[in-house]
Amino acid sequence: MDQRDASVPTISRLGPFRASVATFGALIGSGFRRYATYRQATLAGTFTNVVFGFLRCYVLLAVAEGAAGNMPAGYDAEQLATYVWAGQGLLSVIGIWGWTELADRIRTGDIAADLLRPIGPVTAFLAADLGRALHGMLTRFAAPLLAGAIFFPLHTPARWQTVPLFAVSIALAVIICFGCKYLVNATAYWLQDARGPIMLWTLGSGVLGGLYFPLRLLPDGFVTALWLGTPLPSLLQTPLDVIAERDGPVTQIALVALQLLWAVTMLLLAGLVQRRAERRLVVQGG
Amino acid sequence: MIQMQDLKKDFVVRVKAGRLRRKKRVVAAVDGVSLSIGRGEMVGYIGPNGAGKSTTLKMLTGVLTPSSGTVSVCGLTPVPQRTKLALRIGVVFGQRSQLWWDLPLRESFALLRHVYRVPPAEHAARLERCRELLDLDEFMETPVRQLSLGQRMRGELTAALLHGPEVLFLDEPTIGLDVVSKQAVRSFLAELGAAGDVTLVLTTHDLADIERLCERLVVIDHGRVVHDGSIEALHARYGSRRSLVADLAAPLPDGFTLPGATLAAVTANGHRVTFTLDSSTAGAAVAGLVAAVPVRDLSVVEPDIEDVVSRLYSER
Amino acid sequence: MAEFRAYVALGTAQIRSAASYRASFLVELFGNVGATVFDVLTVLVLFRATPAVGGFTLREAILIVGISSAGFALADMLVGNVDKLKTYVRTGTLDAVLVRPLPALPQLLLMDLPVRKALRVVFGFVVLGLAVAANDVAWTPARVLLIALAPLMAGVFFSAIFVTSASLAFWWVDSGEIGSAFTYGGRDFTSYPISVYGSWFRNLFAYAMGFGFVAYQPALTLLGRDDPLGLPSWTGFLSPLVALVAAVIAGVVWRSGIRHYRSTGS
Repeated sequence: MDQRDASVPTISRLGPFRASVATFGALIGSGFRRYATYRQATLAGTFTNVVFGFLRCYVLLAVAEGAAGNMPAGYDAEQLATYVWAGQGLLSVIGIWGWTELADRIRTGDIAADLLRPIGPVTAFLAADLGRALHGMLTRFAAPLLAGAIFFPLHTPARWQTVPLFAVSIALAVIICFGCKYLVNATAYWLQDARGPIMLWTLGSGVLGGLYFPLRLLPDGFVTALWLGTPLPSLLQTPLDVIAERDGPVTQIALVALQLLWAVTMLLLAGLVQRRAERRLVVQGG
Repeated sequence: MIQMQDLKKDFVVRVKAGRLRRKKRVVAAVDGVSLSIGRGEMVGYIGPNGAGKSTTLKMLTGVLTPSSGTVSVCGLTPVPQRTKLALRIGVVFGQRSQLWWDLPLRESFALLRHVYRVPPAEHAARLERCRELLDLDEFMETPVRQLSLGQRMRGELTAALLHGPEVLFLDEPTIGLDVVSKQAVRSFLAELGAAGDVTLVLTTHDLADIERLCERLVVIDHGRVVHDGSIEALHARYGSRRSLVADLAAPLPDGFTLPGATLAAVTANGHRVTFTLDSSTAGAAVAGLVAAVPVRDLSVVEPDIEDVVSRLYSER
Repeated sequence: MAEFRAYVALGTAQIRSAASYRASFLVELFGNVGATVFDVLTVLVLFRATPAVGGFTLREAILIVGISSAGFALADMLVGNVDKLKTYVRTGTLDAVLVRPLPALPQLLLMDLPVRKALRVVFGFVVLGLAVAANDVAWTPARVLLIALAPLMAGVFFSAIFVTSASLAFWWVDSGEIGSAFTYGGRDFTSYPISVYGSWFRNLFAYAMGFGFVAYQPALTLLGRDDPLGLPSWTGFLSPLVALVAAVIAGVVWRSGIRHYRSTGS
């Protein structure tokens, strides 16, 4: 359908735009379906998320018990539990780990086939990643949160804006994460073997993204620098702080606005790097 | 050397029945195979995809346990005596490597000497022979990952032979190879077979391998042996005939017949005729033809094994 | 003896293979240390917010972390790659291994021995050494024996966990990352005083599965502290026994896994 829209000259100026939206939608759908086939792995992964949820939650609650005012870094026990369990649910939605497809395709030379398509690789991979995230949201998010709610008192959002803000924050985090993964993978254009950068990313994104512990347990100045100077806290820390209502409404919105800034920056960077790489490929003949 | 008695292997497969329910179904991959292979025999083991070739090979090499029946290789029972057996057999899986991907071929061979505990002198002698016959010298120092498929297969063959196995199992050894590499592999195996001290069992989809190498052909389909004997016996059984093709100076006279042969085709304005030899010998047919018409050229064509086997497969 | 030489040859071959990618090898060597560094840093960060976690001070907690890290790093390097079994089953590498005249498990481990994880083991033992120095241990011959044995037995125990959870792939090829709930999850569990966990969760992991005897009980015995959960102090010496039991179970599970594989194929 959309192919005909694109190739036949149309009078309506909206035609090509509608066509590319349809194509983008179709790519999202294919990303979704691809993950939908790994049903058993989804189940296994959820189990693992829940086990790690228990481990992290018990440890953080023990920290809260000994902390001054039982409020380590300004979180009460319920907020900490929400932080951990929502984090376990979001882990495979944001998808910080495991994506090496671009690097693999560059290494094997399959990327040449992607460059022949009418849609650029950044757009195509972004759509597929959004499909993956959507699948993750529907299958992987609820179970850890439910397990957490059964075994621990969780923080219930007090402000109505928190829930839509959380949704926006997740969407932005997915895009930022995609941009980061794309840049890390794209180093393969220059290095041939992207294993090193991928390893650094895997290490750094978990700790500095806020998965293992809330970053606010670190010294204040360091956290501020991290938040403003790197996209990492925008991956998990921001959405988790939003749902745990760690800050007042204004700070929350400011943090999400910061995410928006990072999302735009990362996508622009990914596009720029891709164009540079393509020019290099053309010059060197692959 | 190899004995199989009523060998069976069942697999349980889950079949989708509705959205979430799965049904269990038992499929017999190998369904009562009895074979006996003597020392020094070269046996081709063929069949369509999914016929049970690989499953049989896996039971013979100790990878899979039979569901029922007995199997013995070199007088050993493969699964319980797997490591003992491994020292006495060689295995080449066409699509899986026994070599070390990142190391030069030479080092893979040196490693295998340790793995199979071969005395250095024996190892060196066998390696020398393989190097000569398979032309390994030009890529002995190349990491395996950089070898072409044909070079790698020559390496695999060497790897499987360095411990002097009594039986060599080859699972599709020529798959994906170019014509030259195929020839190299075939003539090497033919030489190996001619020496007579290695029993050779090979599965293949390329029947030229069989024609070149194997005096005995076992055809398996749906887990059962449908033919066991020489290639000639297969032709006899399925009525495939040799034929006589002749280029004539003039068309055949009307009503011409050759005793014991059937006129199968007349082409090139009657100047080329093909007779199928039913009961006549080639000599008698040629004599009869030459006596009747001037013959420019003639040839006796062997029956095409591909035809016979494809007829065999489609008879299911 | 000949078999041992074969294993040595397989191991050295793997080291040479890894060294053929020099740049990646170095990056991964240091990257792997990074993982353990972060584990230890996490503990330090948590103690910034509180003087005691589960009734233990930072010095005491680091001893627990040290035993756990050293043992885990050791197991992860020697045996951790067994979690690739899923791939081995799927690609048929396991078949190729099964037609060689050596047992399958040591072959698989040595064929893919991750030398790049070596530095991590060193780091784990350094942390353990610093932790021992930071605590005022009243040394007795029994305690000297225990500090020598505890990290090694932790290694044996984690190795057993790696093998057991990887064996799951024999029955369930699509088991995905479920094994890491017990391997990496087990490491996280043993990195903290087990008094922090809720009782049913603790009973399951610490006592039923034995993770409590890996680092926590030996650390208590070394420190001469009473167990707030009430186990007597000699239970610290149970760590070799628990590791042995785990190893036997792992062996049985692996063997029956191989038997299952032989009867079903992939």
